[in-house]
Amino acid sequence: MCSEHRDNEGTGKQGMTRRGFMQIMGTGAVGASLSGAAMAAGSKPEPPAKILDATDTVKINLNINGVNHAVLVEPRWTLLYVLRETIGLTGTKEGCGRGECGACTVLIDDIPRYACMTLAVEAESRRITTVEGLMMGEELGPVQTAFLEEDAFQCGYCTSGQMMAVEGLLRKTLKPSMDKIRRGVSGNLCRCGAYNHIFRAASRAAGLKTK
Amino acid sequence: MAEDSNVYYTEGLPVPETPAPGDKPAFWKQTDVVGKRIPRVDAYERVSGTAVYPSDIKLPNMVYGAILRCPHPHAKVKKVDASRAKTMPGVRAVITGVSPKVKGLNWKYRNYTGPLFDSHCRFEGEVVAAVAADTRYQAWDAAHAIEVAYEVLPYVADYKEALSESAPKVHDGGNLAGMDEYERGDISRGFAEADAVLEETYETPCQIHTPMELHGCVANWDGDRLTIWESSQGVYAVQSNVAEVLGIPLSKVRVIGHYMGGGFGSKLKPGKYTVLASLLAKQAARPVKMILTREETYLCVGNRPANTMRLKAGVKSDGTLTAFEFECIGPSGAYPGGGTALVDWLVRDLYKCDNVRCRSKDVYINAGTARPFRAPGHPQGSWALEQMMDALAEKIGMNPVKLRLKNIPAISQGRSEPYTTTGLKACIERGAQQFGWKNALKRAKEQNQSASHIKRGVGMGACVWYVGGGGPPSTVIIKLFRDGSVNLNMGASDIGTGTKTVMALVTAEELGVKPEVIQIEHADTGTTQYATPSGGSKTVPTESPTVRNAAIDVKRQILEMAAEDLDVRTAELDYEGTEIVWRKDKSKRIRVTDVGRLKKRGVVVGVGYRGPNPRTKTVNPFGAQFCEVEVNTKTGEMRVLRFLGAHDSGRVLDRLTYDNQVFGGIVMGIGFGMTEFRQLDGKQTGKLCNRNWHDYKLPTALDVPVDMESLPIEIDDPEANNTGTKGLGEPVTIPTASAIANALYMATGIRFTNAPVSPMGMCRRLAARKEG
Repeated sequence: MCSEHRDNEGTGKQGMTRRGFMQIMGTGAVGASLSGAAMAAGSKPEPPAKILDATDTVKINLNINGVNHAVLVEPRWTLLYVLRETIGLTGTKEGCGRGECGACTVLIDDIPRYACMTLAVEAESRRITTVEGLMMGEELGPVQTAFLEEDAFQCGYCTSGQMMAVEGLLRKTLKPSMDKIRRGVSGNLCRCGAYNHIFRAASRAAGLKTK
Repeated sequence: MAEDSNVYYTEGLPVPETPAPGDKPAFWKQTDVVGKRIPRVDAYERVSGTAVYPSDIKLPNMVYGAILRCPHPHAKVKKVDASRAKTMPGVRAVITGVSPKVKGLNWKYRNYTGPLFDSHCRFEGEVVAAVAADTRYQAWDAAHAIEVAYEVLPYVADYKEALSESAPKVHDGGNLAGMDEYERGDISRGFAEADAVLEETYETPCQIHTPMELHGCVANWDGDRLTIWESSQGVYAVQSNVAEVLGIPLSKVRVIGHYMGGGFGSKLKPGKYTVLASLLAKQAARPVKMILTREETYLCVGNRPANTMRLKAGVKSDGTLTAFEFECIGPSGAYPGGGTALVDWLVRDLYKCDNVRCRSKDVYINAGTARPFRAPGHPQGSWALEQMMDALAEKIGMNPVKLRLKNIPAISQGRSEPYTTTGLKACIERGAQQFGWKNALKRAKEQNQSASHIKRGVGMGACVWYVGGGGPPSTVIIKLFRDGSVNLNMGASDIGTGTKTVMALVTAEELGVKPEVIQIEHADTGTTQYATPSGGSKTVPTESPTVRNAAIDVKRQILEMAAEDLDVRTAELDYEGTEIVWRKDKSKRIRVTDVGRLKKRGVVVGVGYRGPNPRTKTVNPFGAQFCEVEVNTKTGEMRVLRFLGAHDSGRVLDRLTYDNQVFGGIVMGIGFGMTEFRQLDGKQTGKLCNRNWHDYKLPTALDVPVDMESLPIEIDDPEANNTGTKGLGEPVTIPTASAIANALYMATGIRFTNAPVSPMGMCRRLAARKEG
């Protein structure tokens, strides 16, 4: 927010305006989501891409934790912003907004992804799982239980991201080695430094899941 | 209901004796709940995602704030044109330095007071304007649309140049923010007595807190009443700060901070952003959510200042330390922030030494102001002192563990008074034993004599923490309901250290009630009791004795009430958890839930206050850490193989959260020693180069050893306070980096006097040695 607000603000003189950039982003993203839908529907030719203004809204369907949400979003809104501020699923946290910390990790089609680096429009027709989706009603899921029992957090702010990374790992690898576990959560920063307990929780979760 | 009241109590759990009114509670000889490995009482909320952090708050009609900040390290704001921003979609409020509502509002940095909107911007990131809009994206768009004309001024970014004649002045009075001098004994005599004298200059980098939850708040007005949800270490500190800046009564400011995502000292107080959110909310007549961006948290919410330290030390051949001379310079930043605060404390206090002189110079530079950062000054001082101790040991041919044990002080050197307890010797001795120091040393020496390019080293560092004994004021309320369940009410924040959990354990220990059924209300100035911010490793030794006092107050009241029911004297009754029993005839007893006045009133309210600390003794935690490292001398890569932290923080309240804290401190210390540094572009722009987690590296899961061990050194300390506790959060990060540096020295024979030690730095030094 801070710096270079004069130098970097697109004025048209530098070749590309912010708005122009966002239009391209919007086009690409909407194009991608439309093509997904088109493919699902059959072999109809793709409709021509529609150019959207940054502040125009599009209606998309997000499948989150098995529930369909029809939401109006600006094409530039991230999945993280829509999850937290529009839908109200605040278990997914924002730490950096630029793909560095992993606090916003969710599963998209079972693969851990940073929700801050995923535009909401990109996530259409994908299967999104958030920390709320690990719950079984009011009961904690196995990864959550393991994190609770091993005290695998301190402030708890990176925790949902860590748990989603572990959940993603365990969906792919039933019994991960310690090396796999460390690599599995290496995209998730914990400033309190609870890594050691996180490793233990991941091992315990693997045990709980295969019980 | 009465039959079911047992569900709240642990069957057969002995409850400590209730002291008579005016008597001090007896020291717990043994405990049944306290000290066990017990998961946190709020773990469910934290792992289910239902815990509501300030960043998660969403109120009806809420809008989003954004701040426009000065992009230059030193500039004057000449003109601000917000006319375009005001007409943009969704914009509800715009504030600049000329807005009528901000005239006369001031902001304080320690002993310096300046305007809230200062047209003289002394650091990159100073506040210039703020907006609120319907979405965060619109708020950012509007902030970007504000046109600002700056007169860009020359800057000083290098603190070592700040006092030179030619350096641009940050303040009219010059760049010297403060000086500190300390002396005891006679250092020239001390150096004359020494058999060996060494002198070295050490440098430590500026470290930035970057807690996972961004700094920020939600502010909402109901008429003249202001409610703030702030990510904070101390809600009462936020309340008093905001009330003072806005000139409104404390009673009209309610601050809530039930959960917060880390602070490490940077959230002890609110920021200008808190006040801006409140002003925007007033103007917009809507709640405003103001969460900073990650970049802003690098610029303007504090740091651990960089330090350059020169240390000269004298030692006799038998290991007796004879003199320390310490000089230090460091930057507060643009405003007073403690640029050299406590950097010299370990030199003054950790080891027995009769002749010590310390001098510090705190300077201004054009960069963000320092704030307390987990054990302010100590990791820096440790980097110098603990490396020097190893160098002295080598010089006189003594084992570094032995040299330290030779110089254990009987009384506090810095304060000239006894400690209530000191576990320094035990931490070093038992830590070394548990770590397997001798074998590790042997293993390293053998490997280093082999032809392998992988070298090995072991290292250690010890520490004391300046405070950590806690103290008044603190008030805690415990309510016992008529069904026997309990509510604990305290103002302290749980910053991730497990405060709520350990206070529930103390309550459980004293009342016999199950910890998990204790409902905790905390960190809310509207509904909970006054507490100072959670910092200084003082929350446990401050609040836990207070909690115990409150529980005892509950018991005393119940005993009095039961005495009426049983028609005996209060002093003859024992509180046994679920029941009150007459000592003279144990068959005469009454269930707590059957006590007449409790049933009638519905609740008994116990109030606890924190008593004073011992008047002539110091309460300090101690520690020693040991590590083993490997260095690939071909690539410069370093691996920390294992770590052990032996810490004397008095009684352990929850072993699970205790260990977690020890490991966390070590991880942060690994960052300080190996990965973290703030880089200002000193030559060309003065701006911050690494303002995100990509360019500023925190330790990840791959940078920390899997093999970590925590060894609590528990020494009964009934004099410290009624729970015998001392602080833990800060000491655990003090000796980490210096222990690593000592281990790297053993592995490579190279002294790394400048932190952090990166693989590139390692390569450079190895190459230089080859050439040299």
